[in-house]
Amino acid sequence: MIDKFVRTIADALADIRDGSTVLLGGFGAVGQPSQLIDGLIEQGAKDLTVVANNAGNGRVGLARLMELGRVRRIVCSFPRSAGSVVFEELYRAGKIELEIVPQGTLAERMRAAGAGIGAFYTPTAFGTQLARGKETREIGGRQLVLEYALPGDVALVEAWQADRWGNLTYRKSGRNFNAVMATAAKLTVVQTQHVAELGTLDPEAIATPGIYVDRVVHVPYGDPPV
Amino acid sequence: MDMSTWSRPQMAARVAADIPEGWYVNLGIGIPTMVADHVPLEREVVFHSENGVLGIGPAPPKEMVDPWLINAGKQHVTLRKGGAFVHHADSFAMIRGGHLDLCVLGAFEVAQNGDIANWATSENDTAPAVGGAMDLAAGAKRVWVLMEHTTKEGRSKLVRRCSYPLTALGCVRRVYTNLAVLDVTPEGFAVVDVAPGVSREELAARTEAPLRFA
Repeated sequence: MIDKFVRTIADALADIRDGSTVLLGGFGAVGQPSQLIDGLIEQGAKDLTVVANNAGNGRVGLARLMELGRVRRIVCSFPRSAGSVVFEELYRAGKIELEIVPQGTLAERMRAAGAGIGAFYTPTAFGTQLARGKETREIGGRQLVLEYALPGDVALVEAWQADRWGNLTYRKSGRNFNAVMATAAKLTVVQTQHVAELGTLDPEAIATPGIYVDRVVHVPYGDPPV
Repeated sequence: MDMSTWSRPQMAARVAADIPEGWYVNLGIGIPTMVADHVPLEREVVFHSENGVLGIGPAPPKEMVDPWLINAGKQHVTLRKGGAFVHHADSFAMIRGGHLDLCVLGAFEVAQNGDIANWATSENDTAPAVGGAMDLAAGAKRVWVLMEHTTKEGRSKLVRRCSYPLTALGCVRRVYTNLAVLDVTPEGFAVVDVAPGVSREELAARTEAPLRFA
């Protein structure tokens, strides 16, 4: 019998190693695997590369992980926002490396990683600072930039429902990066609001089939903060 | 200079009036977001948000806020009938694959050749936030810019050549400002319309790039 549920967050994150690349789902507070991030803080892995759309907010979650000096490098599209105080401090002090990636290129690099594609050409960022030093090529009359796949060692994902096979549904705009990141890491760990009996999720509504999922923890935390 | 210029809601309404029914449209954060308020629901324009929402409806009243439904600016929104949710790679496939009829962006500068700068204000800023701007500018079928004609200091934002770091090359088709509506043509900016009370001379004096009048 397949059962990907584990009892605790600590069990789900037990073997994450120092130096790992960790993909964090979510866009703003929606779809963010907050309890798994807290679990990663407890777990202790360091020297991490974190891939997330934003570089943390306030002094909790990802911001806390960075403040503790556990993140060597962050890959994101939107590092600066009203609440990105910790990132600003670390970046100014030269204590964190930053790679800025256009948001669509970020998503596509992970999609490519999940689909076994090593690299792809895209018009996004051609002729800009973010294409500096990158290979370019004209294809079909368009100028394109070569971008490499971005695989993770671990993906932390937030789902709305999960069954024991790891089939997932998401809630409205909570799907965002979660469904992409779930495909792109060696180890995909999910926190889910609801547990569904196997066979009760509508197969047409499963956005992430269990083949991409390794571990699931039940975390019924409620709604994202408004 | 005492001129009667267009207000931000008027600018947004002007853009909205030019969007035909049936278009799929992404509105950038800032003034462009206001455009949706001026498209009546019965004129079916489908608004896309980069975080995986296609078919965004009007902002909800406070008591009706759904914590799971936000737009690219992280504001709470609604989903209209016919709307759909997708993940980030699919959302950006819509953008990058040329499926959007229009993207309306804000900008720091637009050059007469259609170059746009809207993400970083200095070559030396090593941590600017790009978000989806480069994908939208390079990927949408057409890019319109909605912005003030000049900076707070009075410097023209329509320029011969962008001085800020570029977002994309040669992609802007049309610019809506508080003073005028201008097309980007192979010969540079062509004035389509001027705010009432603004003369050609005043417009030219406030614009660094040369202008062509029809």
